[in-house]
Amino acid sequence: MKIRSADALESIRREALKALSVREEANSSVLESASGLDKGTPHMEILCCGGTGCKASESSKIVDNFNQALAAHGIADKVKVIVPGCFGFCEKGPIVKIVPDNTFYTSVRPEDVEEIVVSHIIGGERVERLLYTDPGSGKRISDSKHMNFYRKQMRIALRNCGFIDPENILDYIARDGYKALADSLQRDSLEVLADIKASGLRGRGGAGFPTGVKWEIARKFNAPHKYVVCNADEGDPGAFMDRSIMEGDPNSVIEAMMICGYCINANHGLIYIRAEYPLAVHRLQVAIAQAREYGLLGENILGTGFSFDIEIRYGAGAFVCGEETALIHSMEGKRGEPTLKPPFPAEAGYFGNPTNVNNVETLANVPVILTKGPAWFSSIGTEKSKGTKVFALAGKINNVGLIEVPMGTTLREIIYDVGGGVKNGKKFKAVQTGGPSGGCLTEKHLDIPIDYESLAAAGSMMGSGGMIVMDEDDCMVSVAKFFLEFTVGESCGKCTPCRIGNKRMLEILERITDGRGTMEDIDKLENLAKVIKDTALCGLGQTSPNPVLSTLANFREEYEEHVKDHVCRAHKCKALLTYAIDPVLCKGCSACARGCPAEAITGEVRKPFSINPDKCIRCGMCISRCKFGAIKVY
Amino acid sequence: MSEFKLSCEAAREVEEICEKFHNDPGELISILHETQSKLGYLPEPVQRIIAGKLGIAPQKVYGVVTFYSFFTMTPKGRIPISVCLGTACYVRGADKLLEEFKRVLNIDVGETTPDGKFSLDCLRCVGACGLAPVATVGDKVYGRLNPSDIKKIVAEYAD
Repeated sequence: MKIRSADALESIRREALKALSVREEANSSVLESASGLDKGTPHMEILCCGGTGCKASESSKIVDNFNQALAAHGIADKVKVIVPGCFGFCEKGPIVKIVPDNTFYTSVRPEDVEEIVVSHIIGGERVERLLYTDPGSGKRISDSKHMNFYRKQMRIALRNCGFIDPENILDYIARDGYKALADSLQRDSLEVLADIKASGLRGRGGAGFPTGVKWEIARKFNAPHKYVVCNADEGDPGAFMDRSIMEGDPNSVIEAMMICGYCINANHGLIYIRAEYPLAVHRLQVAIAQAREYGLLGENILGTGFSFDIEIRYGAGAFVCGEETALIHSMEGKRGEPTLKPPFPAEAGYFGNPTNVNNVETLANVPVILTKGPAWFSSIGTEKSKGTKVFALAGKINNVGLIEVPMGTTLREIIYDVGGGVKNGKKFKAVQTGGPSGGCLTEKHLDIPIDYESLAAAGSMMGSGGMIVMDEDDCMVSVAKFFLEFTVGESCGKCTPCRIGNKRMLEILERITDGRGTMEDIDKLENLAKVIKDTALCGLGQTSPNPVLSTLANFREEYEEHVKDHVCRAHKCKALLTYAIDPVLCKGCSACARGCPAEAITGEVRKPFSINPDKCIRCGMCISRCKFGAIKVY
Repeated sequence: MSEFKLSCEAAREVEEICEKFHNDPGELISILHETQSKLGYLPEPVQRIIAGKLGIAPQKVYGVVTFYSFFTMTPKGRIPISVCLGTACYVRGADKLLEEFKRVLNIDVGETTPDGKFSLDCLRCVGACGLAPVATVGDKVYGRLNPSDIKKIVAEYAD
């Protein structure tokens, strides 16, 4: 069925809203007690997270079990099972949410399903043991709105994730989906563009270029074929913001690409996505097919004469393809090597045609900016960075997950309030933002309000939103080495500073972590890093020294300890460690010797064992096996 | 590579994939994706067929295959194992998992066991950072792993 006008879209929206009413009502109210069919609740819904993280913990099996259990109890007509995108609280996955009472079950196992159905869905009693326990107060919390993890968040880009069924376009339409498009098509495209400019939206992919200005430039170049490209090649290790948006709300990206197409006079859309994201690919394919079916993609959209269609292009595992010129070459079927700008893609991009490239999260903001108005959006955030930012919070933190906070939130609020603090009560050491292009920030940076400028001034960058927390057990030299290994592996090899310079830097870091470094090496490292920053061809090369420079700036003493004292205070650098058994604590149980993969531990049972340092490979297996804490590392 | 003999059937399949994409050189990456998912890998003779069909030099195809880490010129094991070395997994000890997989399987990264059963690789982030450190065995994702779990996991796949 094709939707032929804005009015027809509105009547479909009203109809679709009915199907969403249970969830919409639950969203605006907080029910203290659980609902249940036996208590007179007419309809209930079970939302089982269908994000990649929860799927890895058998959430599909949970969905199957729910459907079977509902059928077995004869209540399948009253209770619907919905698989929305990521709820964000990946640490406690798989998540199951029950509406209308908004009960938020965490770490659900497939075998818990029967109990939830019998006790909660039918009986109206919450399954207490599956509720989230607040680590501070020790109290069980049933509603996500009362959890610290969600309290400071503000979900704009993620507005529909964990709420709508991403494989049903009607759910999206019910939530004002495609309304921004319908409205825009009735306005002058320059006015729409002015709204995007006025909102202050900046690119969420890393550099923070103003989106409206980018569109304005692309609009200026006339050509028979112009392209809107969605950059979904999220390559930062440890970042999964874009993936979650595509999995949870693919239509928002499609709608925004069309609005962009209208503003810049382009009729072709391309989504460049990593092949490693099969679920996101699937959800996009479904969304595109449904949008075509409803006439929201194709010719003469909503009877306005505007035409637009979208194709998906697949990446093949190359980090550098996140850079827009490299991405365009990759879409043309070539090696994904960047080229010098200018010409910018706005002038000569995909097969020489004017092309506008935006990142997924940037696009996800566009429809809601237009429906709620640029003034609303620009009231959120800091002076120069408007709106919110999605971060993938991970590493040594209690609440790993996907979060969205207003710009200007401090790192301390993110790590200690939303993130629940450092795991296992360890001491906070650093937080790494911006992935391999970013830097490590320390305790002293915790109170700066986060925006593009403040992070850059502190020696890191916003990047796409990866945020990895590190504790006292992380060696900062090793972390710098880890990122450099990544960059060396991903360097396309085109320019000398990146291809050779980064390799030399990695070699120096290897010398330092192997205990063969000199003080001169540290200076060399710093010089080389600065030269690469200034001379590399593309964004990847120019930012690749950032992890080294920021750890040198903030943790120089750790570098010097490795070199001068041959000490790695985090006990990470194997070459600098000695394993030994404390003869007083050792009970002679032989657990370590039996577990030692190198057969380096010998001794007689009930007498202290000993480690042969020449055979020891410093794997740490003995530590994990010893129950008496007798293995010491120096 | 020379010992690889391409069956007529496989060659035909590759040609059909190229035709499906209208022998368009701009679709090279899509063609390689589909070919690899059919054949498991992209050996030289396959690359030559594709180059011939698209009317481009074989070295162009080779250049693309070797540029992207997703493409491989050597066959993977029947059960491919990948250890995630994304940052979140790294800080939670993924390097130790990798060492243990190497030891248990007695192969290095990028290699396949002599019986063709397991191959070992690293990957960068499957996006299950909440379960870090993770490894994928076949299609299954294993999360919150300890080096001591590895032997048990490999044993799950005993014939």
